[in-house]
Amino acid sequence: MDWPRIRDDFPILQQEVNGHPLIYLDSAASSQKPRSVIQALTHYYERDNANVHRALHALSMRATDGFEAARRTVARFISASSENEIIFTRGTTEGVNLIANAWGNANLKPGDVILSTGMEHHSDLVPWQLAAQRTGATLKHIPVLDDGTLDIEAFEKLLTPEVKLLAIVHISNSLGTINPVREMCAKAKALGATTFVDAAQSAGHIPLRVQDIGCDFLAFSGHKICAPTGIGVLYGRMALLEAMPPWHGGGEMILTVTLDSCTYKAPPARFEAGTPDIAGAIGLAAAIDYLEAIGLENIEQHGLQLASHALEKLGSIEGLRILGPTTGPRGSLVAFHCDFAHPHDIVEWANTYGIAMRGGHHCTQPLMKRFKVPGTTRASFYLYNTTQEIDRLAEVLESARKFFS
Amino acid sequence: MSPEELRDLYQSVILDHSRKPRNHGEIQPPCLHAHGDNPSCGDEIDVWVKLDDQNHIADIKFTGQGCAISQASASMMTVKVKGQSTTAAAAMREDFRRVVMGDGKPQDEDALGELTLLEGVQKFPQRVKCAMLGWRALEQALEAPAAPLA
Repeated sequence: MDWPRIRDDFPILQQEVNGHPLIYLDSAASSQKPRSVIQALTHYYERDNANVHRALHALSMRATDGFEAARRTVARFISASSENEIIFTRGTTEGVNLIANAWGNANLKPGDVILSTGMEHHSDLVPWQLAAQRTGATLKHIPVLDDGTLDIEAFEKLLTPEVKLLAIVHISNSLGTINPVREMCAKAKALGATTFVDAAQSAGHIPLRVQDIGCDFLAFSGHKICAPTGIGVLYGRMALLEAMPPWHGGGEMILTVTLDSCTYKAPPARFEAGTPDIAGAIGLAAAIDYLEAIGLENIEQHGLQLASHALEKLGSIEGLRILGPTTGPRGSLVAFHCDFAHPHDIVEWANTYGIAMRGGHHCTQPLMKRFKVPGTTRASFYLYNTTQEIDRLAEVLESARKFFS
Repeated sequence: MSPEELRDLYQSVILDHSRKPRNHGEIQPPCLHAHGDNPSCGDEIDVWVKLDDQNHIADIKFTGQGCAISQASASMMTVKVKGQSTTAAAAMREDFRRVVMGDGKPQDEDALGELTLLEGVQKFPQRVKCAMLGWRALEQALEAPAAPLA
């Protein structure tokens, strides 16, 4: 694989920032878009744009075909058993809120336990706090060990018959930890619990097969996998989706409506009230086609190589401490704490040299507290990054160390 | 942002204050106190103030955590306002705000002294809230009722 050539597919990377070639190391927050995705959006808006479903004119039929073809592409991408298990959302956050409301309100009651982890993004924490308040269920968290992995012994103790839902992140956005979601879902399911996996950081980075993971629900965002912002996916096992009441009401999710009542469509339409992000779905399909042409196994290998290189290069900087696993498989990101400067000073310093990183709590405040840091600096990678960029990052961090120390 | 502008932002005096903050710590009650934070970045400053019977700042201390700009600015503030009347401190706050936001000339530049070294913040608008954090906490503390800390 000619990785440096991949960069040519991303027009945005061909620019200078503050007089230096842009080094974009913030893909865990949002990825850049290849030309093919941008062209798919342009093509849609220049030729096919119309509202989907119902209408019988040519443009609407083309828009509908593109939108529904995107659903099939997503189903294939995550090995769902049917495209009807794919619900288009605005992103991971909306997916979690959809389950927490539609499934949660119908299935959780006082005495029930929602079991999550201490390393969740706020988007897989706050919706469950709200669900617990609404339903009287209790929210519990699997602790995180010093090495950034989950305390599996504690998990097994916390996994009691009262657990109705296991909600866990696949790859931590703050630590890079890859959680054993397959084994954890199997254990939870053996006790009759429903399972949800937050795949925001794993989708598009490693091969993702829902039937292999064995989860009931899984969510991810398009914009982190080369697709536009505003589109995301919630996968749900059909038996569960069919039993769920709607969350949002409106057009497109109903069969018949009278002034007093209505009947609902089958999933996925039941959960897609209103005009969806049609262009976004088509852009997402183009992004998936792009990633699959390169190969998810190849992208996974490249990501691990970049992370390993960063662990080695950054790990040798004095006063810099890396959070999360330092051996074995890891997500394609490295978050660290510097004893010589605050994350915002580091990020400001790096920005001057054209390097885009993120500093702060990364929407995981409980985890920052757990590791007793006010925040961290995070360098996150994707298929367009190179080891040379990480070498440059290490140089710039070394200069920051000298300056701030 | 050029490296020169960056070095203006992080001048040696500023870095010195961030590494060795002056008037760092707490004052035992009774005193005025306020907590300031920037939730978006997690920076925090607590300010404790003791006024004399003429409304002069007899003592001031702060604690906090955050970036070099927020901590250095708070440290430099405590040095400048100590011994000043609350009215003079409020005027200084407004002048300092003008300096870091590039919003017109300060009324009394001499009174600001080395605080004007933070004018480099002008080039980094997203850091204005860092530079102002300690001042916001001071303003709140001075507005707070004179009741001692619970």
